[in-house]
Amino acid sequence: MTTTTSVPMSPVNVARQIRYRDAINEALRQEMERDENVIVMGEDIAGAAGREHLGFIDSWGGAFRTTQGLIQQFGNQRVLDTPLSEAAFVGAAIGASSTGMRAVAELMFVDFVGVCLDQLINNAAKMRYMFGGQVKVPFTLLTRIGAGFGSAAQHSESFYSIFSHMPGLKGVVPSDPYTAKGLLIASIRDDDPVVYFEHKGLYGDTGPVPEEPYALPLGKARTVRQGSDVTLVGISRMTWVCVEAAQELAKAGINAQVVDLLSVSPIDYDHIVDSVRRTHRLVVVDEDTPVCSLASDICARVAEEAFDYLDAPPSRVTAPHTPVPYSRPLENTYLPNAARVVKTVQGLFRSGR
Amino acid sequence: MDLDRAGLLSLYRTMVTIRRFEERGIPETGQRRMSASVHSSAGQEAVPTGICAHLTDQDYIASTHRGHGHCIAKGVDPKLMMAELFGRSTGPNKGKGGSMHIADMSKGMLGTNGVVAASVPLAVGAALTSKLKKLGRVAVAFFGDGGSNQGVLHESMNLASVWKLPVIFCCENNGYAESTPVEYALSTANVADRAAGYGMPGFHVDGMDVFAVYEAAGQAVARARAGEGPSLLECRTYRYYGHTVFDNPLTYRTKEEEAYWRARDPLKLFRERVVPEGLVSAQELDGIDRQVEQQMDEAIKFADASPLPDPPQLYEDVYVSYPKDMMKRGANMEV
Ligand SMILES: Cc1ncc(C[n+]2csc(CCOP(=O)(O)OP(=O)(O)O)c2C)c(N)n1
Ligand SMILES: [Mg+2]
Repeated sequence: MTTTTSVPMSPVNVARQIRYRDAINEALRQEMERDENVIVMGEDIAGAAGREHLGFIDSWGGAFRTTQGLIQQFGNQRVLDTPLSEAAFVGAAIGASSTGMRAVAELMFVDFVGVCLDQLINNAAKMRYMFGGQVKVPFTLLTRIGAGFGSAAQHSESFYSIFSHMPGLKGVVPSDPYTAKGLLIASIRDDDPVVYFEHKGLYGDTGPVPEEPYALPLGKARTVRQGSDVTLVGISRMTWVCVEAAQELAKAGINAQVVDLLSVSPIDYDHIVDSVRRTHRLVVVDEDTPVCSLASDICARVAEEAFDYLDAPPSRVTAPHTPVPYSRPLENTYLPNAARVVKTVQGLFRSGR
Repeated sequence: MDLDRAGLLSLYRTMVTIRRFEERGIPETGQRRMSASVHSSAGQEAVPTGICAHLTDQDYIASTHRGHGHCIAKGVDPKLMMAELFGRSTGPNKGKGGSMHIADMSKGMLGTNGVVAASVPLAVGAALTSKLKKLGRVAVAFFGDGGSNQGVLHESMNLASVWKLPVIFCCENNGYAESTPVEYALSTANVADRAAGYGMPGFHVDGMDVFAVYEAAGQAVARARAGEGPSLLECRTYRYYGHTVFDNPLTYRTKEEEAYWRARDPLKLFRERVVPEGLVSAQELDGIDRQVEQQMDEAIKFADASPLPDPPQLYEDVYVSYPKDMMKRGANMEV
């Protein structure tokens, strides 16, 4: 088994290209092969439940095809389609994880978390603490985020911040196939409950991914572009919006460093603070709403820890404080994009800053 | 059967309108605003039609992600619905909601809903309003066989029963929650069996037969209006198409099964019942078909001619009152 510390945060000399979706699938498969205590449950994660006798098996493989092929390999005792009852099966996965299993449950969209939030915040997050350290909860919740698909207010949210707010929960936001695989393996192996946020806009993205299992460290950010003039922090898909903005800014002579957050709990403040101490400016780009957000939290921390290094106010480019609208011109306005990032960064260089 | 000619024709018109809205409106929407979150209720027309025939604009319904049929049966204008699906500002939700959130309070339509079973307690609350204000209104909560396994439904049934509220819990059992067959996910033979656990009558009816639905709904609505409390009405029905436009149902169900249900098509069953009995003529029904087709042409034209919302409308209606510009503050919005 690869140890977490020896794995680089970006792939080195890897020829094989696979999709983000397939990287998730591969991580699940390899962890199920490694440890028979790993089980996966959720709605339609295989599909056509109970219809093997009619020749139907794995008809969905998950709403976004991330669990495809697992039931053929591991059977319906380890790949469990569930009734439409999130409070029950997420709670059951937490219960199983605290009694010897390493359960992975899928919540189809993060928007539905209200249905099972109690299990996450009052059980998964607190059991170890409340019970005086007697129990471990090696539980992983797979869920997905992201707007931009005409799915309106109840299927488009990105509220990872509510999980970061809860002591006892960890959270990761992989941004490409390499981090998708490494962070999922790490989440499953971790002895704490981890919420794993897939971004709907990344499933088709391809990138280099090693074939063998590897775990990336939880709680670590990575720099995906070096720069000296401003630090752009991206979360999930927003990392690539930052890269796009950085390319634009380069044309105007502004050299942006792009940091990919990767973990929403614990947050790698050190990585960001170090970067800002060198660039003297910070813009956090977050698809979540701005009030009490990760973007706000990161700006606050940088203000505390790098105040003397700052040449401009720590700033945010986020969704507005509104639900996600359906109509295209409204949804386009809602989503942070490179143009907004560029404009915000340019503002930091104007007015004598 | 207490239905006169006008009543019969109205049932038929509603069902055809739903069918044609689904079969024309959904592909037209896909060409303009591709979204995975549009669900066809074609095949299930008899259920909302038979139930809403007992309701007035003052009564309430709360609907699901598969809610176009509920809207139409409750009197929401298909032209406005089409505009909503196209994301136009003339839609009842001003283009902000789309298919999964269509609401028309002027028709007692408390919204389609994207979270399974989440709308159920809204109907319970509307029934509470009616009871407290002595309005004599009833509320119908629609949900699917999948939704019947959500905790909130069970809590809602208990609450409505304890408070003797005028609610009809209507389960549209179409056999599937996405690709999950009902026989896998349900611990009882029928959803209606669960009524016993909450001290209310449970009806299990053929949801392809609008008369069967109408009959049972009549009893449940009468019970609610009389102040005797809620009922659970399970209608066994079938969705003709995939869960969404991206789903191929033949990966989890057979062609034979589809053919079985198609042979029991609610529009066909209606004709086979009323025409031979001489209640209405086939020509009259054909005439309605043509009128509905024209109505759909007009709805599409209306929606296409309607404006898209202006970007600043993004910030409207988040609250009734809130400090101006707080929605943008700190977000670095462009508009
Ligand atoms: C709480 C919640 N969980 C999961 C989903 C995803 N989802 C949308 S529709 C659906 C199946 C619903 O089945 P059913 O209630 O039978 O309604 P039908 O689609 O058959 O009309 C699922 C799982 C959701 N929208 N909300
Ligand atoms: Mg169903």
